[in-house]
Order: sequence, then C-alpha cells, then structure tokens
Amino acid sequence: MASTKKYWKNEAELNPNDSTIKKLRYNEFPEEIPVDEFLGDGDTLSDSNTSRRDFLKYVGFSTAAASIAACEGPVRKSIPYVMKPDSIVPGIANYYATTIANGFDFASILVKTREGRPIKIERNKEAKFGSHSSARIQASVLSLYDSSRLQGPRAGDQDISWEVLDATVKAQLNSLKGSDKQIAFLTQTYASPSTAKLIEEFKAQYPNTKHISYDAISEDAALDAFEAKYGSRALPDYRFENADVIISFGADFLGDWQGGGFSSGYAKGRVPKDGKMSKHVQFESNMTLTGANADQRIALTPSEQKKALASLFGALNNSSVSTDLNDAVKQTIQQIAKTIGEAGSKAVVVTGIDDVGAQSIAIAINEMIESEAVDTDAPKNIRQGNTKDLVQLTQDMNAGNVGLLIMDGVNPMYTLADTTAFESGLSKVNVSICFTMAMNETCMVSKYSAAANHYLESWGDTEMKKGHFSLMQPTIKQLFDTRQFQSALMMWLDKEESYYDFVKATWETDILNGGSWNQALHDGVFSGESSMETDETTAVIVEETTDSNADTASSEGVAGMASAVGALAGASAQGYELTLYSKAGMGDGQMANNPWIQEFPDPITRVSWDNYLTVSKSDAQNLGLVNENVANGGLDGSYANVKADGIVLENIPVVIQPGQAVGTIGLSYGYGRTVGLKEEMQTGVNAYTIYKDFKNVQEVEIEKASGMHEFACIQLHNTLMGRGDIIKETSLETYNSEDASEWNHVPQVSLNHQEVPATSVDLWESFDRSIGHHFNMSIDLNACTGCGACVIACHAENNVPVVGKQEVRLSRDMHWLRIDRYYSSEDTFEGDNTKKKEISGAFESKTKFGEMEDPAANPMVAFQPVMCQHCNHAPCETVCPVAATTHSRQGQNHMAYNRCVGTRYCANNCPYKVRRFNWFLYNNNDEFDFHFNDDLGKMVINPDVTVRSRGVIEKCSLCIQMTQKSILDAKRDGREVKDDEFQTACSNACDTGAIVFGDINNKESEVSKLKESERVYHLLESVGTQPNVFYHVKVRNTDEA
Amino acid sequence: MKKVSNRNPFSSFFGFSLVTLLLIFNTGLAQDSAAETEATTTTEEVVGGDPVKGKQLFNQNCAACHSLNRKMTGPALANVESRLAEEEGLDKDWLYRWIKNSPAMIAEGDAYAVRTYNEYNQAAMTAFPTLSDQDIDDILAYTAAPPPAPVVATTPVAGSGDGSGSGSAISNELILGALVLIFGLLVMMLFLVNKTLKRIAEANGLVKEKALAEKRTPIWKAFAQNQFLVLVTSILLILAAAYFAYGWMMQLGIDQGYEPVQPIHYSHKIHAGDNKIECNYCHSSARVSKHSGIPSLNVCMNCHKSIYEYTGNAEGPSAEDLANGYTNEFYTGEIKKLYKAVGWDEENQQYTGETQPVQWVRVHNLPDLAYFNHSQHVTVGKIECQTCHGPIEEMEIVQQFAPLTMGWCIKCHQETNVDVKDNGYYEKIHAELSKKYEVDKLTAAQLGGLECGKCHY
Repeated sequence: MASTKKYWKNEAELNPNDSTIKKLRYNEFPEEIPVDEFLGDGDTLSDSNTSRRDFLKYVGFSTAAASIAACEGPVRKSIPYVMKPDSIVPGIANYYATTIANGFDFASILVKTREGRPIKIERNKEAKFGSHSSARIQASVLSLYDSSRLQGPRAGDQDISWEVLDATVKAQLNSLKGSDKQIAFLTQTYASPSTAKLIEEFKAQYPNTKHISYDAISEDAALDAFEAKYGSRALPDYRFENADVIISFGADFLGDWQGGGFSSGYAKGRVPKDGKMSKHVQFESNMTLTGANADQRIALTPSEQKKALASLFGALNNSSVSTDLNDAVKQTIQQIAKTIGEAGSKAVVVTGIDDVGAQSIAIAINEMIESEAVDTDAPKNIRQGNTKDLVQLTQDMNAGNVGLLIMDGVNPMYTLADTTAFESGLSKVNVSICFTMAMNETCMVSKYSAAANHYLESWGDTEMKKGHFSLMQPTIKQLFDTRQFQSALMMWLDKEESYYDFVKATWETDILNGGSWNQALHDGVFSGESSMETDETTAVIVEETTDSNADTASSEGVAGMASAVGALAGASAQGYELTLYSKAGMGDGQMANNPWIQEFPDPITRVSWDNYLTVSKSDAQNLGLVNENVANGGLDGSYANVKADGIVLENIPVVIQPGQAVGTIGLSYGYGRTVGLKEEMQTGVNAYTIYKDFKNVQEVEIEKASGMHEFACIQLHNTLMGRGDIIKETSLETYNSEDASEWNHVPQVSLNHQEVPATSVDLWESFDRSIGHHFNMSIDLNACTGCGACVIACHAENNVPVVGKQEVRLSRDMHWLRIDRYYSSEDTFEGDNTKKKEISGAFESKTKFGEMEDPAANPMVAFQPVMCQHCNHAPCETVCPVAATTHSRQGQNHMAYNRCVGTRYCANNCPYKVRRFNWFLYNNNDEFDFHFNDDLGKMVINPDVTVRSRGVIEKCSLCIQMTQKSILDAKRDGREVKDDEFQTACSNACDTGAIVFGDINNKESEVSKLKESERVYHLLESVGTQPNVFYHVKVRNTDEA
Repeated sequence: MKKVSNRNPFSSFFGFSLVTLLLIFNTGLAQDSAAETEATTTTEEVVGGDPVKGKQLFNQNCAACHSLNRKMTGPALANVESRLAEEEGLDKDWLYRWIKNSPAMIAEGDAYAVRTYNEYNQAAMTAFPTLSDQDIDDILAYTAAPPPAPVVATTPVAGSGDGSGSGSAISNELILGALVLIFGLLVMMLFLVNKTLKRIAEANGLVKEKALAEKRTPIWKAFAQNQFLVLVTSILLILAAAYFAYGWMMQLGIDQGYEPVQPIHYSHKIHAGDNKIECNYCHSSARVSKHSGIPSLNVCMNCHKSIYEYTGNAEGPSAEDLANGYTNEFYTGEIKKLYKAVGWDEENQQYTGETQPVQWVRVHNLPDLAYFNHSQHVTVGKIECQTCHGPIEEMEIVQQFAPLTMGWCIKCHQETNVDVKDNGYYEKIHAELSKKYEVDKLTAAQLGGLECGKCHY
C-alpha cells in the first residue's frame, strides 16, 4: 500500500509553489561552493581539455611508467683519484693524532678519517695528560661540516677576498707603527707555545700591541688565587685517584670546573678495590654531575657554601669560625674535618666558589695537609682569561685608543653581560676583525669577519699542562676559503713561511730537545721540560712549599687567611641566589649550531634542546611554578622572569630540580644565541646577560610569568619506586661485611612451588657459544659519572639521526644509548626499597606508592647507561614476523634493517625499551633540516653503517662493524684477536673505564675478569632474558645503608 | 624439390672455386712480403752491427727509458750515432763510454753529458758496464735502421693456416650438402609411395567415412562445453602466468650481464688476458680493504708512460676485433684519452697538472644495505677474482658476471670450504668447530657466515 506521507525538512517544502524550494531541489548544495579558491584560475581551467578522467588516466599511466622505470637501476659513476695519495686506501680508515683547543675544551684526540674526511673523534689513549673525553669533544667533528660556516672573509655583509683584508690590515699596521694607539688581540685561551711566541714576535715589531685572553666563563678567582700563591697565572692540576677523601664546595669537577677532564682520575678511586674506595662529600646549590656522584651531598646556597668552607678551614686549624650555619651542617663539617685529619695527605679540598678568598683557602688547606692529589708544580694553562684586562680594553676602545682590534675564538657581544660598552667601543676602533667559523653577534658589529678554520683544518700546539705538549694537525684541507688566526698573523708580519713551519721551528728549538718532530706529530703528544722561565717559578714554589712544611705553617696560614675567612664567614645574600653553570652538553655555547649537542639530553634533567631555570620544589610551590606531564607524554613547565639589578631575563622555562638548595636557582650558559644559527638551534635564553662582573653567582628576584613551556624531556619518571633490581646500590660497609647474596640479591621465581633463582630457569634452549667470540659488555655503575660522551660517540659512529625538539618531546628520540638517571624518593635508594617492602594493604600502597613517585628534596642520584642488552634469550627476536632481528653466535642481537617491515612488535616486547623506530625519513628531508639534509653535513656519515630509512626499527648493534673489522684484521694477519682490539664506540669514548667491552670466550680478557666480580648483575634478571650486557652494583662510601 | 637438388652441387662448386682463388691470392701476397724482407736486410749490412740482435738488446736494456722516435725518460734514439756525430761531433767511443758509465762522465764534467743530464730532469742513466762494444754496435745498428716487425715474416704461415681452415669448412659444407640431398630424395620417395598406396586403396574402394567426421562437434566447442576442463586449464594458465610473472619480478634489479660503455675503452682482455697483468696490480686495495678500488690514473701511468701506442698482438687484430673496430689505432686513441685525463704532456714527458678525472660507469652495484669486504674474500678466503667476476681476462668490455643476489652469496657460503691453513686466527676455532660438526673442512656457513648481521649493519 503506497503511503502518502511526506517527510519534510522545512515548512516551506510543504508549499509546492515555493520557488526557493524548487531551486534547491535541483541544487545539491544550497550555497555555491567556492571552487575557484582551490582550483585557481577558473578561465584556464575551463579552457583546459583535461577532464577528471583524463587526469586519473595520466596519474595511472605515469605511476605505472614510474614503477617500471624504477626497475632499471640508475647508472652509478665511480670516479677514482687521478693521483692517489699513498696514505689513502679507499675503505680503510686513517687515524691522526691532534688536539682540540677551542678555548673551552682542551684534549688530546685521535681523528678517524675515511677517504680524507674526518668522521669520528677518539681519545688519544697514549697521552699522559688530556686524554679525557666529553660529549662536546666527541661532537666537535660535526661542527666542521656546519652548513652555516663562513665560507670566506667578509666586510660587513659583503664577501671580500683575503687580499683585500690583508691590504687593509697591513695599511692599518703601518699607520699604527709608532703611534699611541693600540693594536689589541682579544682571543680565547690558546695555551699554545707557538702562538705565544708568534704574538711576542708581533709585539717586538709593533710594541704598542696588547694581547688579552678572554674566557667566556671566567676562572679569574682560581687564577688570581693561584697567581697570588705560586706566581704564575695557571690552575693547579688535581689527581683525584690519589685522594681518599674528596671534599668539594661547589666545584663541579666532573663537569667543566677549571676546564674539566678529572673524571678518569676520580673514577679510579671510586671503584672499590680491596674493600676501599674514596669518600666524596659535595656541598653545592645546583644539582650537578659531581653532586650526583657524591657519597654525601649537602645542598647549600652559595653564601652558605662560603661559610661552610670558612668553618672547615677553622676546624682544621682548631680555631673557631662563627657562622650562622645550622647545626647539622656544622656537625657535618666537624666530621669532615676529622676525616680530613685522618686521611692527611690523602685528602683534597676543591672549590668552585667564584671568590679569590675561597680559592685561596682551598689552596691553603691543600697546602696544609700536603695533599697528594694536588699538583701545583706542573699547573694547567687551559684558562688564561683575565677579565680586568678586558675591562681595561673596553675602556681603551671607548677612549678611542685602539686602532686595530683582532678577535679570535671569542664572541664578546654574546658572552658579555653588558654589551653596550663593548659595542660602543668597537665602533670607535678603526679596524676591527673577528675571526670566526660562523657569523656571530660580534661579527655583526665588527668591520671585518675573517672566516676561520675549524681545529681539524688547522696547525697548532698546546701546553695544556706544564711539560705536557700536544700538537694540532689538519686532518682535512680547508673546506672553504678560510684561514686560521695564526696564519693570518704570519701573513701580516710579512713572514714567508707557513704557520706549520713556525710551529715546527718552535718545537725544534724550544720543546723537542732533540726528540723527533715526526714522532711527536705521530703521537700527538710530547712530554718534556718547559721553558727556562717557568723553571724558575717552580724553584720558587718548591721553596715556598718547604716553608709551609715548617711547624708554624698552620698558624701562618690562618693568619694569612684571616681576612678571607672573615669575609667568607660573613657572606650573606638577598633574594634568590642564582648559580650560573655550564651544561655537560652545551658548555659555553660555541657549539650551539651542532645538532648532536642540542639533542644531547642533559645528564641531570634529561631535557634536550633547552636551558631552563632549575628551582627547588619548595621554592616552586611558594612561587606557584609547576612542572606537569601532558597527555602526549611531553613535559611542560611554567615560565619565570628573573630580575637582577635592572637586568630582566624574561620567560625562562622552569624545571623543578630535586636537590636544588632552597633559596637558589640555576641557569646554564650557552643558549639563546640567534646570529649564525639555524632556526631549530635558536633555543633557550642567554644566561650571559645576567653574568654581571663575571660572577657566576647573582642575587636575583623571580616571579612567575604566564604560559607554559613545552620541554623535550626524554625521561619523565624520575624514581625507581623501590625497584631495587634495576639499579642495585649498596653501602661500602655492607659491601665489605656482608655476603654478596645480601647486597646483590638474585631475583627469585617460583618453579614447581619452590623459590629458585631466576637465572636457573630457562624457557629456551641455549645456543652453544663456547666456540669463537662471545661478546659481553661490562658497565660499572661506580665508575660511570653520567657525562654522556658515550651517547655522542654512539651517535657519530652509527649514523644515528637527529630528530629535532618536537619529535624528542613525543618520545621519539633516536639515541641508541641512553643514560637513565634515577632519584631516590627517600634519602637513599635503600630507603626506597625498605619503604616498598613495608607497604601492606591496599590503602597504604595507594598512598605510599604515590609518595614514592616524587623524588626527595635532596635525593641520591644514580646513572645507568642502557643500550640494547643483546639478550641471549631475546624477547624481540621471537615476535618479529619477518625474522628481521636474529641472534648471532657471537652474542650480538642482529637487526637487518632492509628486512624490517615496521610492525614494532619487537619494541613493544623489549623489556629495556631500547629499540628505536624511524617514524620519518630523517635524511634528505627538509622537515628535519639537520646535518643529514645537506651535502656538507653528510660528510660525517660513517660509510660502514647503513643510513636507515623510514619505517624500520634500529638499535644498538654492539658496534658490529667495529668487531667485524677487528676480526678481519686478525684474519688478514693470521693471528688471534688481541683483547683491546675489541671495542665499541661507547667503550672507546668512556674515559672512566665504566664501559668495558670484549670477548668472554677469551679468558684473559678484561671483560671476562670483570664478569667474575661479585658485583655483577643483569638488568631485570627476573625476566630471564640473559643479557650480554652486565652491570656492577653501585657501591657508595657511606656507613649507613 | 628439383630446385633444391640442383642448387647444392652448384653452391658447393662456387664455394670451392672461391677458396681456390683465395689461396692463390694469399700465396702471392706472402711472396711479395718475403721479397720485401729480403730487401731490407740487404740494406742493413752497410752498418757494423747486427740489428736483429740489437733489437733484442735494446728491448732488454734500453726500452724502459728510450724510444726510437720520441722522447721518454731519455732522448729518442733513432740514428743516435749519426746525430751525435753530425750535431755534436762526438764519435762512437764517446757513446761506448757514455753507455758503460754515464754517471762518471757527468761527474767528469763532459759538456754534452752534463747538458743532457740537466735537460732530462737530472735523471741519471743506469751504467751498463756489462755491454760489450759489439753489443753496443748491435744496438746502434738497430737504432740506425730497425729491422722490420717480425709480424710480416710470419704472415705466410698465418695465411696458409687460414687457407687450411677455410678448406675444412668447405668439406663440412660438402658433407652437409650431400646429406640434405639424400634426405630430400628420401622425402620425395616417401611422398610418391604414399600417393601410390592411396591410389591403390581408392581403387579397392576403401574410402574414409567423411560424413561421420563432419557430425562430430569441433574440439574447441567440446572444450568450451566441458566446464571442468575449462577450470583446470584456466588454473594451469593462471599458475603458469604467475610462475612467469614471479620469475620476471625476481630478476628485477638484477643486472647480470650489465655491460655499460665506459668513457675510456679499457680492455681487460689486453691487460689481464694478453699481457697477464695480475689483477691486484691495479686493484691493489682488494687485498686490504672492502673496496677493490678502481685504480687511480697514476697507476695506469706506471706502464703507460712508456706504452704510448698499441701495437697489437703478434697475430694482428682478429677478424672479430676488426669487425668491432678494435684496430691498433683505436686502442692508441684510447691511450691518448688516458693522457688527456691524467694531464700528461707526451711531448715533454711531464704532467701538466690539468686533469679530467675519468667518470667510469660502475658495473657491480651492491646495495648500501649489504656489506661486502673484498679483503675478506681475496686475502683471507683466497678466492680467485674470477669466481665472482667471471673470465675477466677474456672480457673486452667488463660485464657483470654474477647475479649479485643474496641467494647467490648464500649458496657460495654454504658450499665453499674456508681455507684455514696457516691462518693463526682460525687455528683454535677450526679445531673446535670441526670437532663439533665432525668434519674436517668447514664451510663459511658453519663459521657463522649466514648470520644476518655479518653483512647487514
């Protein structure tokens, strides 16, 4: 039966004569769709014969044609050398010993080159001094291939030729000869005998020359104190391996304090040997790497640190110094004084307090106890900056007394707190030249920008420590039309020879003492006598030391120090005390355009691509500052404004830092640069603007600003929640007195209703690995300081892509090796474990587990490097549907990228979360405009490792390209592989010996000996994965558990 | 049929007469050249030495640095004796002394000696005290008038060889022709017999039932009606199509037989085949590196400083070479291309520094995801280059011999025993593994050569 029902949408429809309805009935869309907007020009469109169907046909055909065409391989060209240099064999790496000396980092290094391209920095293990490693040193090779490098000299914005610049400078020099006006060199610290000699020669020709060394982060206090005591402007060298007791007042000596490089000595004393290890107490305000590694860390404000140092000095001299420190601290100091007294010359006191008095007191204490850990006879030259000279120069410039200013390795317009005086001065200098690798803030206001070499393109030398010389040699021809400062100087002095000749001559006359130049160049280092002049100073020092050996020494010391002690004891501060520090990654900021450095997560906060204000939890609560994790897993933080004496730093993101002393805040240097940097790299705020009078502690006011900052933080959960089997930690006392099963408990599982050790249960049949090599890696949590050199070394060796801030924020970081950092929720990790054990009942577990998510106000910190554990029973292998990840007889878990289809089952099934997925194509992709996106940056790629494409999983391979190479070398020579030949990028980069790699089927190898240790445990042993990476229980030198 | 039987004897006759003609012509040619040789030898007797012996001595002692008609490391030596006598007024004795001990003469300060020494970049000539005056005479005789190339003398032999070769071809042709004739006759006979038999049958009234045959459904219709058969056939067809499609797809990206034209026609046949140059002389990095390395041009110049033209092999260019245009002039032209690329000034025997690196087309392209190390195979495994690269010494233009697929790699790893002899690295591993597998010889696979990560990282 037909229905006459009529459905209507609008009343008007009921009226059959409504014209609108009629019209609408035939129009699908009531309003005309503005197709012109997306189809562009309507006329051309209608003229065109191409219909939609035609278009689809074309698409179809062209796709088919393209796919068939793609079946034909492209024609690849192969262009050999016309004249091949003898030393280069395609496919074989050459190593050259050289030196990095960029004014902030100084180290003896080996450079790995392939087909003439430097691709990797290694430690020069043969160097007696300066063989240390850091994330920055490892990353410095990428700065060579920085696409924003200056490619030739410039006058303002105009490219000019060197001839023009040479002529200008020579003309200016001629006019300045015998004039009242100064010629000034404002340079980084070189610590270079040849450069010093060259500048002396320049001064001989132009007596009105002044050379000012300038360190962006000043070590003036320490230098002045040392100069006052020992007569030479240098820094004492510390050998922490000789110290049983290390007391540090705000000295981040595992970071960049006094140039860094102390970690390997420190680590030697930290690994328990015969039941003994050094004791380390740290007083500090910011949470630093050093504080994180200390046995006891006392959070004090900078002014309290001064008081504490003063009262320690008093306690050691049995004279009372009255301070308003609280009783607990006073008691600790008394205790420390006692410990130092017992340790005698085996103790050392270091301080990072930016105050000549404090530095003098530290020197006095070490003199008094005749500390074996301090070497003042052969001091370090790696910081020479003198801010007084700089201030003087600025005045001279403003007075119009400077005719020629040549700057090299410095960027005062960025690193000075008050740039106005310098800028106005600079404008009054007739000719100003700024040697620089890339455009920077100072170039912008200098008349000329001289394109400088990277250190891997330069000749040079250093005397980092007295008597320890090292050479710098180029490992690649200059990529651009650049010139190093010294060569330019030679040119301007009308010298015929090259700087290489000059260095060689200097070495042959002054340094080598008959030794072979070629040998020194090969080794990169040379230990010898220093020049005569410094020998005299040594003599003076020896006399002084003998003096202080006399009975009256201590009282004399006290008397001499009285005023300093008084000043320190009476230290006070108003408002918040801001401590400026340098990050393990960014340092002083000269490598800000290096994507590896930017993406390197800070070891403490695990934040990359940013600097931030570190604030204690209670201060944050008072100020209303918050940190929160948002839905996509990212960390957000409030903004704050910091005000000091009229300087305002606005919108600094805030990180709430456990362990930050209440009443203090921290901010790192090196960020906030804009000139000459790619847009992605322009991160953070410039802390130098608040670096007033070159003092790293400033009194400031903070206020909350509106908005939230999006951080790229790679670790969001900060505590272990009492899961003691991830990081096992014990006290030295327990370690010495108890059985290993007590402090290195093997997890138990239930088998047939019996508790048995997890290691005894096995679901799978084991491979037979007794034949051939079986690689294992040992990680000693006692030796690991968390510095992160291994992270960058891994990055460089394995062509790991940089993914950028946004991707890191989404937890898509690609680091194959991460260093997890954990805070304790109670005062110690042991406390966490106990608390967890004592939890009973649903209500308690709810509240107490909640509490355990938050770190303590001054927590213990532990670092744990985690890479693929290369499980013998790997959970990832069993779930891969295409067998892309398989196991090898040598113990390495293989990953065949081209086989991977990207299901990510393996990543989900990995208990260690070490597998990384290529969410995007990270090379040749403008969305990821880092070094993989330009031809220059690609020169750093290791040709032995595949560059992965989109949609595949990647992970640590235990550097299989390196082990395979060692094996092949041995096969070619027809010999067995030597133990030290087996290395990975991380084990090579580790200067503390925390990461040791080798073959456990070779019973003589270091790693198989380490595996015998009682401290050995595997990560998440209860899972039964039987990893080939093992850890050593962290032992802290504390009495209480 | 008739036509065929007629043509054969005619063509063979034609062929035979052609051969005879050729033979006659060839012999005539040989006689001509023999006469020529004789003529040259008679003219040489004017000079004191024996140019034939002299040539031998020249090639042994002098040719590394001297040529007759062009400057090399040392001056051109054609008519050196008369040249010196005319231009410098130096006699044979001077030459004896010079050749036997030139450094001494330079040290003495002999004017011309010092001048020559300085002119040729102060490269002192090796002293030849062992050469007797007679030897030197022979050499000088050769330089005054070189004997003709021995190629000419051997021509008659080659010619007669050719003749006999073509003769045997003719006889083959004759036999074949006869066979064809016999078969043709046989076929004709069969046809005739068949025809006769049919006629007899028809006469006997044995006619085929044609009507019955017409009633039958045609086979294609029957096939179309049988659905089962259609199904089976289509399945078979689809399977066959899939098989071939699969086969086609599997060869995608496999460039076996890839034989690109190179910017310089470099003949491995001449270098590795005719002249037996060791592969590793040019591809030296194959011993130590992952790359076999395309030799840099200075390696070419080690020999090609003195080999400036191609004189061909003893037998002269083969017919095949000539057909391809590979004449001596062609090869010499390729050597000039090398000089241009490396920037070698032939006139002054020095590098100009103006180089044009050669853009060779890469023949063997392994994908980036596969790691292959030549030294592992060449030095450690002692594998012949030819195992993977084929008879390279016979290739005029190099082509990809192996498929370079993973299956191909694996097959070899599974089958090849690893040569562990005298290799300290393998000693222990080999002893343990052979105990485990209870075999004496181990394949690469048994040593772990099939694990993914060994080649993919």
